[in-house]
Amino acid sequence: MAKILEGFPEGYYGEYGGRFVPELLIPVLDELKDCFGKAKIDDSFFEEYYNLLKDYCGRETPLTYAENLTEYFGKGKIYIKREDLNHSGAHKINNVIGQGLIMKKLGKKRVIAETGAGQHGVATAIMAAKMGFKAVIYMGAEDIERQYPNVFWMRNLGAEVISVKDGTATLKDAINEAMRDWAANFEDTHYCLGTTCGPHPFPEMVMYFQSVIGKEIRKQVMQKENRLPDRVYACLGGGSNSLGAFHEFLDEKDVRLIAAEAGGKGKESGQHASRLAYQTGKTGIAQGYKTKFLQNSDGQMLDTWSISAGLDYIGVSPICAYLSEIGRMETAAAEDNEVINAFSLVSRKEGIIPALESSHAFAVMIKDIETTTKEDIIVVNMSGRGDKDIFNIGEALSDEKWKEFVKQRGDGYGS
Amino acid sequence: MAHKINLMTHQVLGYPDFETNEKALEIFKKNNVEYVELQIPFSESSADGPTFVKANQLSIQNGTTVEACLEFIKKSIDKNPMKFLIMTYFNIIYQYGLDNFLRRASEIGVWGIIVPDAPVDEGVQLYDKCVSYQMNPIVIATPYTSEKRLQVLAEKGREFIYFVPRKGVTGSKTDFNDSVREKILQIKQRTLMECAVGFGIQEKADLEFLEGYADIAVIGSKITRIIEEEGIEKVDDFLKEIRE
Repeated sequence: MAKILEGFPEGYYGEYGGRFVPELLIPVLDELKDCFGKAKIDDSFFEEYYNLLKDYCGRETPLTYAENLTEYFGKGKIYIKREDLNHSGAHKINNVIGQGLIMKKLGKKRVIAETGAGQHGVATAIMAAKMGFKAVIYMGAEDIERQYPNVFWMRNLGAEVISVKDGTATLKDAINEAMRDWAANFEDTHYCLGTTCGPHPFPEMVMYFQSVIGKEIRKQVMQKENRLPDRVYACLGGGSNSLGAFHEFLDEKDVRLIAAEAGGKGKESGQHASRLAYQTGKTGIAQGYKTKFLQNSDGQMLDTWSISAGLDYIGVSPICAYLSEIGRMETAAAEDNEVINAFSLVSRKEGIIPALESSHAFAVMIKDIETTTKEDIIVVNMSGRGDKDIFNIGEALSDEKWKEFVKQRGDGYGS
Repeated sequence: MAHKINLMTHQVLGYPDFETNEKALEIFKKNNVEYVELQIPFSESSADGPTFVKANQLSIQNGTTVEACLEFIKKSIDKNPMKFLIMTYFNIIYQYGLDNFLRRASEIGVWGIIVPDAPVDEGVQLYDKCVSYQMNPIVIATPYTSEKRLQVLAEKGREFIYFVPRKGVTGSKTDFNDSVREKILQIKQRTLMECAVGFGIQEKADLEFLEGYADIAVIGSKITRIIEEEGIEKVDDFLKEIRE
């Protein structure tokens, strides 16, 4: 782990982290912590992991020079880390493959996962199919409506998808439900948490598996530019793709690390999912860990809003909360309209369709571009591809032709 | 008359409303229930099963605040002889301020505190301060708790250990078999504390099974379900039946 994260009690990053779970889950968290603890210092484990990513998922992913965008702005040199080219179309698969190998070590045969946008659910379903596990995916009823295509794929990959109707019927509720399942079935079941949140060791473990992104960025930028980047941008929901991209550079003080949160309809509207940039998150304890949560004065969690289901979450990685607090990680929020504009610009200029989540990272980079010079090297971590979001993007762009098409197809099933 | 086993009953505050909570307390008092666990609702009640999850949510939706809960608890303690425990999740206490919350609870006469998502290592301060505010922190053990950890629990907890005899969350049936009895005896021997058993107690037979082993039987979501399905009056019949 990066030096900047060391020196705290186990599982803590500053005052954030910990494992605030029912006593029932303590033994299984201990078991997982021990297993991961051994694996992370075992070079052969990493080799097995990386080989699988290479042969099965298509790593390493390219670092593409965004020549047209760079020319368009006439400022810093923009590179795009292509996590969209991973098998399954997003960075989520990195973590899942790693946890699949951990499951094998633990001798567990059933995997459960929560999913918001559905990407982590699809990745888990893929891993379970590949490794021969039974998969059960918890997904908020609201998210199922927004992301049905992913549900379709999970089911076709052989996973069972359970609709969670409690609370706001979104990601946080899916996490609660997965924790309940785990409390009932931990003896044969692994909870494959999809982001750098939850009780220790999940934040550290998920960051470890995702940090292949930053390792590759370092190598690729060195090859192309013979020096480190000046800035790395990533979108920030739970924290898995941002920490994946940032971890490698945490101890490199000259590399600026900038996280883009979901500004939704703006700070004043209250309809957003920005915990850090808007400084609206308050330290609290929920979902097994301590971090900045969007909550009211009683401690009840608030409704969040984002155009992208993957960033629509009340909490944030305890590691990000800490890095933000000490100023090592900068945060900014991109509002929905800025995200849509960034999405269109990247698509048209580069022929690359970013996910709405990743479009937040582009949007913040674009807002900052004026402050760069031609000598600056900028990397945007493109966490996933956008064509999977066609229904949401079609709606967000208010694309009348698309709506007409969907309606026609729907009518076709009507009779 | 001393009962063969003491009872601890549960209410989620503000669900379905405070009036029903109050009626429930009258019924508990009438049936000589020894302990009452009052839950301050939390939006992320991840250790609870479907019955309590719904109760927590609807209560919050109806506008239940922490302040209203504390006021209700104060009134209840003034009117009733039972020992009152607050059950809630850590964040509720944390946002109120650890010291502020415990001081207030202590002032209004709360007997004990149960926080399911504060395992002893994370909640050291909570457990220690609870004692210094003259209240009893209740620790939770499970069949999976190691011997070593049981010692840690015994050091941090007071009065009784809350034993959850199975995996899973609140509300579903527990298979009460001999291993449950064995584990209860083992816990009592190791910790020299009384033992309360919760999760899944639904009928008289469950209580009879625990008599002579556990000191306290916790009846939680069963009562909430009776209120939902048959009405508050039936809680009286239920308690009478199991107390016979």
